[in-house]
Amino acid sequence: MLLQTTSLRFAYPGQAPISFPDISLAGGEALLLLGQSGSGKTTLLNLLAGLLTPSQGTVMLDGVNLSALKGHRLDLFRGQHIGIVFQKPHLIAALSVKQNLELAQFFGKKKGLSPADLLQDLGLAAKATAAIGTLSEGEAQRVSIARALVNSPKLILADEPTSSLDDLHAQRVIQLLKAQAAKIGAALIIVTHDQRVKSEVSQVLEVKSV
Amino acid sequence: MNLLTLSWKYLSFRPLSTGLNAILLAFGLAIITVLLLVQHQFEQKMTRDAAGIDLVVGAKGSPLQLILASVYHIDFPTGNIKMEEAQRISRNRLVKQVIPLAMGDNMQGFRIVGTNHDYLSLYEVSFATGKAWEFPFEVILGSSAAQALGLKLGDTFTGSHGISVGSHDHDQQQFKVTGILAPTGKVVDRLVLTSIESVWYTHDEQGEESIATEEVALPLEEGATHEEEAHDAHSEAMDPLKVPVATQGFPASNQEREVTSLLVRYRNPMAAIQLPRMINSATSMQAASPAFEMSRLFELLGVGISLLQGLAIALVIIAGLSIFIALYNSLKERKYDLAILRALGASRAQLVTLVFLEGISLTTLGALLGIAFGHGFLAIIVELTSQEVVSLVDPWVFLPEEGFIFGYALAVGMLASLIPAWSAYQTSIAKQLTKT
Repeated sequence: MLLQTTSLRFAYPGQAPISFPDISLAGGEALLLLGQSGSGKTTLLNLLAGLLTPSQGTVMLDGVNLSALKGHRLDLFRGQHIGIVFQKPHLIAALSVKQNLELAQFFGKKKGLSPADLLQDLGLAAKATAAIGTLSEGEAQRVSIARALVNSPKLILADEPTSSLDDLHAQRVIQLLKAQAAKIGAALIIVTHDQRVKSEVSQVLEVKSV
Repeated sequence: MNLLTLSWKYLSFRPLSTGLNAILLAFGLAIITVLLLVQHQFEQKMTRDAAGIDLVVGAKGSPLQLILASVYHIDFPTGNIKMEEAQRISRNRLVKQVIPLAMGDNMQGFRIVGTNHDYLSLYEVSFATGKAWEFPFEVILGSSAAQALGLKLGDTFTGSHGISVGSHDHDQQQFKVTGILAPTGKVVDRLVLTSIESVWYTHDEQGEESIATEEVALPLEEGATHEEEAHDAHSEAMDPLKVPVATQGFPASNQEREVTSLLVRYRNPMAAIQLPRMINSATSMQAASPAFEMSRLFELLGVGISLLQGLAIALVIIAGLSIFIALYNSLKERKYDLAILRALGASRAQLVTLVFLEGISLTTLGALLGIAFGHGFLAIIVELTSQEVVSLVDPWVFLPEEGFIFGYALAVGMLASLIPAWSAYQTSIAKQLTKT
């Protein structure tokens, strides 16, 4: 298994701890995380990304215990092996499209995919030197997907990637994520409550607050 | 892509704020640059021009004025002294050397100074072309004077009365250029040097002409006769213009003559104590020491300089605060960016470095602009006020002290970045990213 979590628990200060179901996912597989607002979906995603440290349990990614990594080593591991697509694109507005991808490679200290090829794949070749401010929402979301993919990570995490997109773009984004994840053999986890996405992914895990 | 590029991208993404802050800092640093250059060059030139002159003796008046007029040739002389008295000083056993100066005329603002060849050796001049004067009305030109006046070897010109432009011309006698000096970087560069006799004869004619016109209003066509008479008046046996001038000491004369001032070199340290007191109390002249008067002048100027320095420091502090506010505000807007960078694999240390780089790049830009402004500003001042004291300053000299300006800028950048960098260090990624 590429990704394996065991008995993850996390507690926000002053709140009851949340327990999460175990996840095991092979490379190239996709998983949909469903759950109501406040069920802890995003918390689980943050634990998987190493942005939060679990109070109990482990996240193993490709044989590395994420919870055991600290400080800069964790940051670097995340940069190299985990690609994150956020709810909103959140690109660096001071940089061009291509520079946003190069930035990910700089911080990940990794030459994964060629930014130019990737932009070509995602139909963004013409926008490579465009300023972020000139992109449409759909384009910006595709750029943020490209940024998550550019270091050819082992795990791709997408947090509500379709929530602000129309039907056509939502479908394209999901298909793009699935296709690209399969292409580089990465595990893909999508957090969503978007009904449109459910039909696209077969594996589903429901997160319930306990 | 690296941190420096990224910091530049962030800076250039906000050109107005970046530009304003850089310029604000640049103005503060420009004032410091100008002060540095002016102070350094003035002190250096003042010291070099006064080298070898222990004491200046001239007519009673302001001692500072006497020094400024006789050594630096920037103020008006205090008056003239009797040559007889001057010669008495030169015979004093405490005096090693006396160089007499006679002033009173100018050539388009460049002072015509009558002296002897000792003055040339005092400033260790060398000739670009030609040689020193030997006969009356032969002159040599300092390098900048020659350049500004556009005169060449063998050219002739007439001087005007007074030591600044705008007075009547002495058109009776033409000066002839016999030599042009190589640049020295000293005061001689902007002087027209000649013999004391030349200065005397110029004014003799002037004086006698006015006497003549008082006695008889001569018709114009008889001007020639009058000029001959004027010459006859002081050429007893032969035409004085054909007699070689004195190259050392005082020129000989059978009339009561005057000089403007004397540059005195002491024979021994004892003279520094006795000679000034003796001259000031026992003669109608005054003695002033260049070293003492210049340090007094710098003391007086010191107030103004401190004021400007204070202004410069205030500007730099304001610039520092403004840069701090700009960084802090932009960082608040960019908390999400920082979280993203962390999510992309950036370490806390890299984010802190990024913030510092941004602050320091901004202040380095300010320092570069400041030094450029400083030199440029000085160049404009020098350009606008040719022929004044200011023109002594070379705006394109770069001092090692200007390195300090980068030091200040660096310090301002570091200080302004401290708090923003700390807040960048503290940014929690998960909290920022889950906030919508």
